[in-house]
Amino acid sequence: MNWYDILFYAFALITVVSAAGVVLSRNIVYAAFSLLFTFFGVAALYVLLSADFLAITQILLYVGGVLVLIVFGVMLTNRANKVEVKHGGLTLAPAVLVAGVIAGTLIGVLTTTKWPAASFEPYEETARPLGALLMTQFVLPFELASVLLLVALVGAVIIARREKARRV
Amino acid sequence: MIPLGYYIALSAALFIVGVVGVLTLRNAIVIFMSVELMLNSANLALIAFSAYSGDAAGQILVFFVIAVAAAESAVGLAIIIALFRNKLTVNIDEVNVLKW
Repeated sequence: MNWYDILFYAFALITVVSAAGVVLSRNIVYAAFSLLFTFFGVAALYVLLSADFLAITQILLYVGGVLVLIVFGVMLTNRANKVEVKHGGLTLAPAVLVAGVIAGTLIGVLTTTKWPAASFEPYEETARPLGALLMTQFVLPFELASVLLLVALVGAVIIARREKARRV
Repeated sequence: MIPLGYYIALSAALFIVGVVGVLTLRNAIVIFMSVELMLNSANLALIAFSAYSGDAAGQILVFFVIAVAAAESAVGLAIIIALFRNKLTVNIDEVNVLKW
């Protein structure tokens, strides 16, 4: 077992345990902090898969953007003394059923698929090929994504804004 | 060397955790966090396939997933905040005005 395997198992453990912490935590602030460790664990796994640029993007966007938004959402929608998360009682049986079916399907696919045994060649660097691909083959989805982000920005402002009394 | 199947198994485990969260939790923000977990698991699977097949195009797809997730998080949290302003709760079982 070399250092790569040890790192993989360590980061996989961190990721899964903190993901379980998000779902099982009774305190919404603890859930948000567990999510932080999940995002960092996934970013570390991206590095192990030699996707260096995406790992940085993951940290910048998920930890620096999405998680901060979530923490703001937590602060804006909870009083400081009431942070418990309710777990469903009535929906537990169908939830277990649906999750079991999905888990069974995934485990079945995992065990029956013949995964290629080839190991991967680490990329030299990923920023250059990714930039070239974005500007040539994937330029239309790239532009569409920027339009989507603009629309989402305007939409979020309009939805979250406090509505003023309408002048007649 | 870690085989590809290990990464896919890890991704599947993360996805299942996210599914359980979405189905059992009642706080809209924690449901939102579980959706982010599922998106991350899909990204992990995509990057694993991309690395093991030596094709960078899979990473481009992850870029778009991250971009859409950022848009989704902005709009989703705006909706949650608007909901809290009107109903003073973010528990989805107390917000059933759209039921029928």
